[in-house]
Amino acid sequence: MLKEYIDAIKGFAERNLPVINVPVELWYIAWIFIFGGAILGGALLFAGLGAYVERRVAGFLQSRLGPNRVGPQGLLQFMADGIKLVLKEDLIPDAADKLLFRAAPYVLFIGTLGVFAALPFAQNIGITNINIGLLYIMAISSFVVIAIIMAGWASANKWSLYGGMRSAAQIISYEIPIGISFLLVIMITGTMNMHQIIEGQAGGLHRWFVFRYPPFTMIAFLVYYVAAMAEVNRTPFDIPEAESELVGGFHTEYSGMRFAMFYMAEYANMFAVSAIGTILFLGGWQSPLPFNILVPLGTDFISSNQFFIQMLIWLEGFGWFLSKVLWLVFLMMWLRWTLPRYRVDQLMAVCWKVLLPVAFFNMLAVGLWLLL
Amino acid sequence: MQTEEMMINMGPQHPSTHGVLRMILRTDGEVVSEATPNIGYLHRGLEKIGEKLNYHQFMPYTDRIDYLAAMNCNMAYAMAVEKLAAIEVPERAQYIRVIMAEFNRIASHLVFFGTSGLEAGAWTPIVYGFRERETILDLFEMTCGARLTYNYMRIGGVSADLPDGFIRKAEEFLDYFEPKVKEYNNLLTYNRIFINRMVNIGVMRPELAIAYGVTGPNLRGSGVKWDLRKNESYSVYDKFEFEVPVGTGELGTVGDAWNRYRVRMLEIEQSVKIIRQALKQIPQGEVKAKVGRVFKPPAGEVYVRAENPRGELGFYIISDGSANPYRLRIRAPSFNNISVASEIVRNTMIADMVLILGSLDVVLPEIDR
Repeated sequence: MLKEYIDAIKGFAERNLPVINVPVELWYIAWIFIFGGAILGGALLFAGLGAYVERRVAGFLQSRLGPNRVGPQGLLQFMADGIKLVLKEDLIPDAADKLLFRAAPYVLFIGTLGVFAALPFAQNIGITNINIGLLYIMAISSFVVIAIIMAGWASANKWSLYGGMRSAAQIISYEIPIGISFLLVIMITGTMNMHQIIEGQAGGLHRWFVFRYPPFTMIAFLVYYVAAMAEVNRTPFDIPEAESELVGGFHTEYSGMRFAMFYMAEYANMFAVSAIGTILFLGGWQSPLPFNILVPLGTDFISSNQFFIQMLIWLEGFGWFLSKVLWLVFLMMWLRWTLPRYRVDQLMAVCWKVLLPVAFFNMLAVGLWLLL
Repeated sequence: MQTEEMMINMGPQHPSTHGVLRMILRTDGEVVSEATPNIGYLHRGLEKIGEKLNYHQFMPYTDRIDYLAAMNCNMAYAMAVEKLAAIEVPERAQYIRVIMAEFNRIASHLVFFGTSGLEAGAWTPIVYGFRERETILDLFEMTCGARLTYNYMRIGGVSADLPDGFIRKAEEFLDYFEPKVKEYNNLLTYNRIFINRMVNIGVMRPELAIAYGVTGPNLRGSGVKWDLRKNESYSVYDKFEFEVPVGTGELGTVGDAWNRYRVRMLEIEQSVKIIRQALKQIPQGEVKAKVGRVFKPPAGEVYVRAENPRGELGFYIISDGSANPYRLRIRAPSFNNISVASEIVRNTMIADMVLILGSLDVVLPEIDR
């Protein structure tokens, strides 16, 4: 997909600006930066807004207001927080392993933002379209756990160490049910390409994988969602940063912008796992309606306004995608402000004794269904 | 494989040590093999101060013994001095004291409810608990002008009569509050995760509790039916009908963290019952006996204890006939309650230890005094 963009833009430039004759390698490098910036900006914007929304949701659930002073309805609160955090003193504990301590937030960002590169946001809108998208996401998101262990170890703080060890155990365990839920979708569609997975769910609500092979895919979606919540350390699985036990967990010693990076990565991760859940089970950018909502415009209008219609289709797809993702994100917030936290051994029991057997059984059942 | 145990400091700055308690933990991975409370960060020498002040002047200091239940501390101290000097307290004052003490018990248990949630990782209960506590504090403010350290009671009565409209407002609050307890139970008490966390951890057998002098809801959580308001009825508590809830092992074992928690939630309901009766029966009359500003009780000694939200608060006062006490000793319930902690947290996980400490509901200024 990236290549098509580049070719299109290059062709456009060569046709209209004949003096410029740039080697194709430079175009690629330029586009890497542009797309990188787009991911960073988009993900961070979501992270900032996500933090704001979470605080408002928390306020709503706790019969209080939440931030409502900076900007209209407090919408700019995340800007104020960001500026404050950038201006904070950058503290590194004396005993810390300086290199690892500094590197951890960046490694975390690789894992978080790398996922965004493979997400299709709407028809033909996305950074890349690789045919092993699902595998790539599985792999790149593992950077997160490395970063958390790095942060926990390098802080030279016993509470941070606990947080790091807990998250290592937790995230690695919960990756297995997630992987099996992925497998289920791969079995149904026979592809790891995100776009083809979404194409396979076209044609309305009943075609989404979550409703396709009842009740197995529904259960698989629930398994995925629960495990994903554990992946991103959200309550009731937030034991790596359990503030009542481990003070701040792995980010106890972090302050200023480095802390902000952990904070933003949490929200970006929430968006990423919700987006993956949407793509795999809720039809991605497919409309839940069995008919095309652009039909009333009339065939004449559609055929005469190709460009405008294409934009509309993209916008519609993006709208559906975003609303599904945000609903899942909101659900995570809702749960966070309602439930207490599991204990570390109970958390492992939930994974190995409940989610994993259920996920295996599901895979078996869907496999049989597909065979028969 | 060779493994080592890790010594780790929990506190004095830690989110779940309820102030400035320091626990020295010896941990093997996630398991706490030994926990030693290290206290004294909040020592202010209240008992010595008491020797240098006259009997009236010590009243504001009692607010600072247990800041979450200042009314109860006021009351215990006033009762001790009244017994020492054989002062008869007017009946209306007795009723006002009971109303205030029970309101404060509710307020204190609401904070406990909220912090239990916090320690288990749920953020919302504390906001709900504080929302209702706010109204109670409004009632206190209406009565005595203060919201935390009331200094409301006096030797021989209370400083001022109930203000106009207090009884109506109090009844309105109780009507609003009673259904809320069910909401709390839905939100937290019977939450599956919360039950899994709280049940069967930190089991305190009744013999152990008695041996350590544990009192209050912690003792009753272990199934021992001992409540001074019933067993050694003081003030006008004998005129009210109420139950003494004990840990029944409804879930888990008797004496575990959940049962201690449950006893407090049930006590809230009983306090509501007591206040309702007191508001109905309260007689007219004086609110303060005549006690001179220069007040010299006869020589002698007295020990008086009262049922505080955290257990038995005792005042042991020796008088040499002068205007100051010769010795004033405070028996604080939290001190005994924290003593038993190292016994019941042994070989639990760090996460459990936090919950067990929370379920003991200690208040640090009371331990250090």
